Amino acid sequence: MLDVRRPLARLGHNFIEGVWRVGTMARFFGMVIASSGTSFSRFRLVMREVYFSGVLSLVIIIVSGLFVGMVLGLQGFQTLQRYGATESIGVLVALSLTRELGPVVAALLFASRAGSAITAEIGLMKTTEQLTAMDMMAVSPMARVIAPRFWGGIISMPVLSLLFSAMGVFGGYIVGVVLIGVDNGAFWSQMQAAVDFKGDVVNGMIKSVVFGLAVTVIATFEGYNAPPTAEGVSGATTRTVVTSALMVLALDLVLTAFMLSGQD
Amino acid sequence: MPSDNLVEVESVSFAYDRRPILKNISLKVPRGKVVAIMGASGSGKTTLLRLIGGQIRPTAGTIRVAGRDVQGLDELALYGLRRHMSMLFQFGALFTDLTVFENVAFPLREHTSLPEPMVRDLVLMKLEAVGMRGAHRLKPAELSGGMARRVALARAVVLDPALVMYDEPFAGLDPIAMAVIGQLVRKLNDALGATSIVVTHDVGESLQIVDYLYFISEGAIVGEGTPDEVRGSSLPYVRQFVRGEIEGPVAFHYPARPYAADVGLAAGADA
Repeated sequence: MLDVRRPLARLGHNFIEGVWRVGTMARFFGMVIASSGTSFSRFRLVMREVYFSGVLSLVIIIVSGLFVGMVLGLQGFQTLQRYGATESIGVLVALSLTRELGPVVAALLFASRAGSAITAEIGLMKTTEQLTAMDMMAVSPMARVIAPRFWGGIISMPVLSLLFSAMGVFGGYIVGVVLIGVDNGAFWSQMQAAVDFKGDVVNGMIKSVVFGLAVTVIATFEGYNAPPTAEGVSGATTRTVVTSALMVLALDLVLTAFMLSGQD
Repeated sequence: MPSDNLVEVESVSFAYDRRPILKNISLKVPRGKVVAIMGASGSGKTTLLRLIGGQIRPTAGTIRVAGRDVQGLDELALYGLRRHMSMLFQFGALFTDLTVFENVAFPLREHTSLPEPMVRDLVLMKLEAVGMRGAHRLKPAELSGGMARRVALARAVVLDPALVMYDEPFAGLDPIAMAVIGQLVRKLNDALGATSIVVTHDVGESLQIVDYLYFISEGAIVGEGTPDEVRGSSLPYVRQFVRGEIEGPVAFHYPARPYAADVGLAAGADA
């Protein structure tokens, strides 16, 4: 006879484990905020992380933004052509990027490029006892290592998202205006008329700040709590990318719903 | 009047979950002395060091460092106490993103506001003491195990701590590097007027440099004495450990059910 207790027990165990993990992460987030004083009094620690998380992510963000914008231009032209509205290609590209693709894709790329690096670095620092050594020197690893990476991520994310959108618009311009021959003036003027600074650009920025917060909390949490083994660090890095991606997409749905309801 | 002992461990027990690691341990570390805590791997030596450093708290008993109960301190007070103690980790635990110079300067930059020329002088002095001044521009990845340990030692003593704890300082070193580290432990302790606790399982090197030894087995103290007393000890565990004998109170085999039963001979005999 099939023993139903075992799968039920596993389900219960996984559920409790999940709740425990969420609770621990919330507590961790509280500790990061409480330990952030050093990050502001010694801002160069944060700037160093802005360099590692943000500046070193520039290449992937710029190139990806350009390609996404070009693809949007091609697909948009194909569809708009049927309705004789090819001059609206600039609007389509700009709205897609500022509202959704800019913050979301930049956050997904940020999670893969910078989030995974943050987790691996902190995990390896833990494995090689660097965090314990710091703690024994009466220096809080939370204040010295975790909080600067957290704030570095939060500062980098909106800038990367903006750059992604800007490069995407440029990509759309190359395809739409330079290659296909859409009118240059119409491309820009329609975009200017249709894109609302507060409703589109600012909301996109708000999204990217929230995504940056989610990704860096997950990345630092996973690194800080990684089992101190090679397998543990590798598992934590994978979890960072997977959890961050799911969290970004879920948060995007919630934020979009709130933002659209606010515009009604 | 301050006690003659910088560290006092009284009836301390510690368990991970329900697994006992240390059982009712008591020991004293007099000021200015180098004391070794010896025992086989997994005997609870490093746990004892972590308890003294306040990284973990005992399940029973008290640990006093410089007259203060470590287990009763909050984080701020513990950090205050840790400014007077330091620890050398088994593999150095150098910060891999910093140069040798910046590693040694790290505690100075975090805890003092000394001008840069003074930081530079202090760091170079400590690196000179461990023979690593010429390597101050290198990254930890460019150092051998023994050199990394020496740099970590310079970092550990850069704030002139009252207590230095060494976690397996000789592990994985060649004989020359081992002798160098051994001599540095002794010389730095005497030059700084510090007190040192050396957790190790290396008998030969320890007997030459320490003032007193404690032996731990399965979480309990099973022997103690000065190096001379230890060399002539008749205690079974101490004899076996010091001479590296296979037979003795420490069994060769991991606990298991009878061999005959495992290979099926007992079943055959029953049938």
